[in-house]
Amino acid sequence: MTPAAPLLEVKNLNVEFRTRAGTVKALERVGFSIGKGEAVAVVGESGSGKSVTAYAVMGILDRAARVTGGKVAFGDLDLLQASETDLADIRGREISMIFQNPRAALNPIRRVGDQIADVLIRHGNVKRADAPAKAVQLLATVGIPDPARRAGAYPFELSGGMCQRVMIAIALACDPQLLIADEPTTGLDVTTQAVIMDLVMELGRRRGMAMMLITHDLGMALEYCNRVVVMHAGHVVETAPTAELFRRPRHPYTAKLIAATPRPGTALRALASIPGAMPNLRNVSIPPCRYSPRCERFGSDCERPLPHFGEGGRMVSCWNPV
Amino acid sequence: MTPLLEVTNLARHFAVPAKGGSKLPFMGGAPSQLHAVDQVSFTIAEGETVGLVGESGCGKSTLVRLLNRLIDPTAGVIQFQGKDLAEVPARRFVHTDQRAHIQMVFQDANDSLNPRYTAADAIADPARRLKGLRGAALKERVHALADMCGLPRELLSRFPHQLSGGQKARVGIARAIAVEPKLLILDEPTAALDVSVQVVILQLLDDLKNKLGMSYLFVSHDLNVVRLICDRVLVMYLGKIVESGPTARVFRAPAHPYTRALLSAIPSFEPGAHGGRQRVAGEPRSPIDPDPKVCRFYGRCPKGEVRCHSEMPALTEIGRGHRVTCHFPETGAVLHVPQPNLKIVA
Amino acid sequence: MKSALAHARYVLGDNVVTAFAFGMFALFLVMAAVGPWIVPYDPLANGPNPLEPPSSRHWFGTDQTGRDIFSRVVAATQLDFAIAFASVALAFGAGTLAGIAAGFFGGWWERIIGRMVDTIMAFPLFVLAMGIVAAMGNTIFNIVLATGIINFPIYARVARAEANVIRNAGYIEAARIAGYGETRILFTQILPNIMPIMVVQISLTMGYAILNAAGLSFIGLGVRPPTAEWGIMVSDGANFIQNGQWWIAAFPGLVLMLAVFCFNLLGDGLRDMIDPRRRT
Repeated sequence: MTPAAPLLEVKNLNVEFRTRAGTVKALERVGFSIGKGEAVAVVGESGSGKSVTAYAVMGILDRAARVTGGKVAFGDLDLLQASETDLADIRGREISMIFQNPRAALNPIRRVGDQIADVLIRHGNVKRADAPAKAVQLLATVGIPDPARRAGAYPFELSGGMCQRVMIAIALACDPQLLIADEPTTGLDVTTQAVIMDLVMELGRRRGMAMMLITHDLGMALEYCNRVVVMHAGHVVETAPTAELFRRPRHPYTAKLIAATPRPGTALRALASIPGAMPNLRNVSIPPCRYSPRCERFGSDCERPLPHFGEGGRMVSCWNPV
Repeated sequence: MTPLLEVTNLARHFAVPAKGGSKLPFMGGAPSQLHAVDQVSFTIAEGETVGLVGESGCGKSTLVRLLNRLIDPTAGVIQFQGKDLAEVPARRFVHTDQRAHIQMVFQDANDSLNPRYTAADAIADPARRLKGLRGAALKERVHALADMCGLPRELLSRFPHQLSGGQKARVGIARAIAVEPKLLILDEPTAALDVSVQVVILQLLDDLKNKLGMSYLFVSHDLNVVRLICDRVLVMYLGKIVESGPTARVFRAPAHPYTRALLSAIPSFEPGAHGGRQRVAGEPRSPIDPDPKVCRFYGRCPKGEVRCHSEMPALTEIGRGHRVTCHFPETGAVLHVPQPNLKIVA
Repeated sequence: MKSALAHARYVLGDNVVTAFAFGMFALFLVMAAVGPWIVPYDPLANGPNPLEPPSSRHWFGTDQTGRDIFSRVVAATQLDFAIAFASVALAFGAGTLAGIAAGFFGGWWERIIGRMVDTIMAFPLFVLAMGIVAAMGNTIFNIVLATGIINFPIYARVARAEANVIRNAGYIEAARIAGYGETRILFTQILPNIMPIMVVQISLTMGYAILNAAGLSFIGLGVRPPTAEWGIMVSDGANFIQNGQWWIAAFPGLVLMLAVFCFNLLGDGLRDMIDPRRRT
């Protein structure tokens, strides 16, 4: 089922990093879409480019990065062409982001209530006098006990889980249409992870908010998201509705990734490993399919430039899919 | 058959400033005690892999450092091959024979390798210091270890920043087995690795255990990994062991409410199944000067009977090696873990 | 090693100022090494033309006893550098060892060494150096000792701070498990890892050490005439400025300034090379 007009559409995104040792083609022809209210997981291992994609959407890439092509359509606006002023308006109000290390993402010398109030005043058209009360309300919404007192706390006084809740409160303060969550639960305890993800999903559902969940954890993608985008070495290799992806993965990398994930009912010896290593993206001579050096299904066809087969909700970028 | 390691009533308390008091010696009352590890007892048999799970603040790291003999216990006995290790203070343990029998694989290979030492130096270190190997014999040993751990010999002259995550993990393992320890403590050895690399490392660890006849204490927060390679599992909460037993039993029918919550929090690999799970509410109780009569889990536990806050439960056997610290354990209640319907095409 | 050289080349190529500083340093080293042998006139010999302004015969002019100032300035490089190197070596050696012991062991080590550092730093450092030389006598050895003592705290503090951070690193625990005793860890694990930062510190304090030695000589507590040394030359020349004979003080002063400047730039460049995180 394809939504009428996607909320966010990334098309042919190319991002390069200029480094001393050469140019790194971090993202190549990355494309996917997120519909209103949809939860999409972007999964991949380290170096796959998932965080770079998110940063490109938000316009907060490193200074060494160059966007060399593509379009990021958010409604009518192309975020890649937008001015910094427009982007600054959109960030926090229409698109919000939460990050991996909650304590590091909060200002350590400002009270958490003030940090939430900042966003409300800047983006939410809330009067300075009303902001503190609204901030306390938001803390209650994200499930922080005794919110009035906690609003006066500094980040170091709160646990990791609570800091993450504060970050969610900041992100959701102005009711954004899209929430980008970059590995939001790495580093948190398992029970806290579950509670945080439930909270985000619940709040999202209530407000009709879409979510882009970046994670390396396939289990989390499966559990919380409608669709999955699989990335490898800067390419999108497959997208599909979640259940279908796990039941019938089409790209060899996706299949291997699933086969390598420890889960109930599989023994150690039954897990598959992926031979070889992530390609060195600084090389000038990278093959068109960046997975081909490690692929068991490699054939003579695979030296041709990559296609994108499929349409609608399902896409696979492979000449020899499973 | 004497177990390899037998820990009895092990405790470690840290003095912290009394609430509202000051650190000056002549002001305020006696300092408070933080009960990082409290009355912990368990065994590890030869050739066994025992998992240790628990969340932050449960005392896992302190327990690991006690077993490693990096710190001294406040009370209790650590019997290793029949000898009480706690007799020798930590500072002098380094010079005893036992040091070589207990080794460790660290979580963060980045942090645990000296940035100025090559991989070869790092692996050679314990062999040089604890076994007195030198020169050609040392070099041979390092090569043999690298081969055993699947580390290509060319990488031995590299520095940590020139190695990938998986390669650094192998260096850490090679170093840990350099002196052929009997007990290997692994502190989240694959937490920082990608899924595809994790498989290879776990399989390597399994092979090495069988080849070298070691026992493992495998500390991990990733319950799916624990399920894969551990024979038995210990669940810790606020310094105490709340449940222990054969992995299959504990995972299938956890008896302690905390274990049930922990297991139901893992992503279940069933799409959209996140509703209807057991959750723990609130924050953990304080580990400082805990009330000895109140169960540590009281207040967050779905149960909360009068007995729970008037009598501390003890670790009791509920059948076939399965022990639990609870007055009202859920014996025999199978935790529903759906078998995923995944067709694996490798 | 190759990558270190490549990195060095990159930083030098990127940063003209650093390259310039390295060039100047090389020049100074050459002057220090062979200066006394290649100068046109004997630095200590009086000459027939006192107080002559700079000319083609005497590039920097002559002083009140006819000695060629250019020769003296070049010859002085050796002495000033030797004093600076020796005192920095002393401060570095003692300070680093004390600092890492304080930072790693803590406890009484930290308390005692901390108090030593605090005591030294309670004095205006130059005044303390003056006091030490005045009390112990005007010899080069005492100048070196005094300069070394007043530079000791900076090394001790930096070393202590670094050791404090490193002692919590995983590889220190790993070393204990591998059978290293505490003292061995101090020398084989901690010390090598703080060396880069200490080396940067050396080049930064070298300039200050030269200035210190020159300063002591300037007030008469350093080397004695007719030794060629920048500080004492500036001091001599000060008497003649009001008569218009500016070159006697100016040239040694200029060269002194260049030397200190060169060391400071060197320090910055070394820091960039060694620890990119601290790039200013």
